[in-house]
Amino acid sequence: MGTQINVQSLRPVTVTAPTVSSKLELSDLLGALKVRFGINRNNYIVKPGLYKVGKPDSQSDVLVSANYKLSFDVLRKKLDTLNVWILVVDTKGVNVWCAAGKGNFGTENVVKSIKNSSLEYIVKHRNIILPQLSASGVAAHKVKEQTGFRAVFGPVQAKDIKSFIEAGYKATPEMRKISFPAIERAKLIPVDFMYAKYKLLLILCGFFIFSGLDKTGFLFAKMLETSLYPLINITGAYVAGIVAAPLFLPWIPFRAFALKGTFWGLVLTILLYFLFEVPYIDGISMGLINISIASFMTMNFTGSSTYTSLSGVKKEMKWAVPFQIGFITLGLILFIYSKLV
Amino acid sequence: MKTMQYLKNVVTLKLDSNSCTGCGMCAVVCPHAVFEMLNGKAHIVDINDCMECGACALNCRFDAIKVKSGVGCAAGILNGILNGTEPSCDCSGGSKTSCC
Repeated sequence: MGTQINVQSLRPVTVTAPTVSSKLELSDLLGALKVRFGINRNNYIVKPGLYKVGKPDSQSDVLVSANYKLSFDVLRKKLDTLNVWILVVDTKGVNVWCAAGKGNFGTENVVKSIKNSSLEYIVKHRNIILPQLSASGVAAHKVKEQTGFRAVFGPVQAKDIKSFIEAGYKATPEMRKISFPAIERAKLIPVDFMYAKYKLLLILCGFFIFSGLDKTGFLFAKMLETSLYPLINITGAYVAGIVAAPLFLPWIPFRAFALKGTFWGLVLTILLYFLFEVPYIDGISMGLINISIASFMTMNFTGSSTYTSLSGVKKEMKWAVPFQIGFITLGLILFIYSKLV
Repeated sequence: MKTMQYLKNVVTLKLDSNSCTGCGMCAVVCPHAVFEMLNGKAHIVDINDCMECGACALNCRFDAIKVKSGVGCAAGILNGILNGTEPSCDCSGGSKTSCC
């Protein structure tokens, strides 16, 4: 390949890379807000290819990014006054880490992007900077073998990229670690909240109607009178599993997420039991249902967390799913029984 | 106890010291600082910090690291069971620092 490159690089190459700003517009911020709430979330993409930030030349650094617009926007915002190239890989609009896990931000796609963008004629050096979290999809040594470009892994977070470059392409141990602070956990709540909204509505409707069950048949007045307690419990359990458990994630001392959820389901049940002063059978039946729902919703948060392993989640689910199914079944039987006696 | 550590004694990460040349790539790519370099070889600091993302194994050109990698996502595992496939996390997006 060596001689071929030399011959071709003598030819003048016109670079027509679009320029993007390192400042975000209002429309970028509104777009980000919509994505958080799941509106048109799978279509928030940047066209793959090479972009200019500032006035890069043949010596400027090349940063590689996913074509998910939130990832791209975070990166360009943090570049500030740097003059760099951004090579956007087609990750199907998925963020760096997820795309790397699925293979879309993989060795093959990075190699393809380098070749398609004619990067070898645009820059004189032979280095690219990959986001560290793409390492589960990209083998740096294979990129080098296939393109001649040495791939260096930058920091985990885009906010550190400037210091990384200024330190001579060196990351501190802190820059290499993924954290999961409360603010990041909070950002995920809207998406998770929307995740099962229709199922939640369906269950709420079901409990509303079943509240009217009576040994004499069905009583409309009883439905209106007694449905408030179960509806508040179920909505509360959903919120407990999706909001309380993630926000207080490190402070509830169980390792299994299903148990963290169970804790919040139990707390909610006790609070509502004393607040509403209901018969104990209602408290028990709703408690079983609350624990099941909160536990299941928190277990699903393993997908959003940054530290759960596949083997661990499988192990947890082996006991958690049967216990969740058992609890909700028992709770439902008790709930209906309490209506019929 | 570490507040952000998942279940103990369950991850499939294996490091073969004989194949390790001490290049340090695993320590660079690991987002949980599982590896440290000591006397020219990689060592596992706390295996329970591993989330099986697979970055170390993929970037070890000497095949010294083995791990059954995947996404630790309950919804993905359920999808897999219901569709009879491997666990697949088909929810895209999320913030840059987290998955799904």
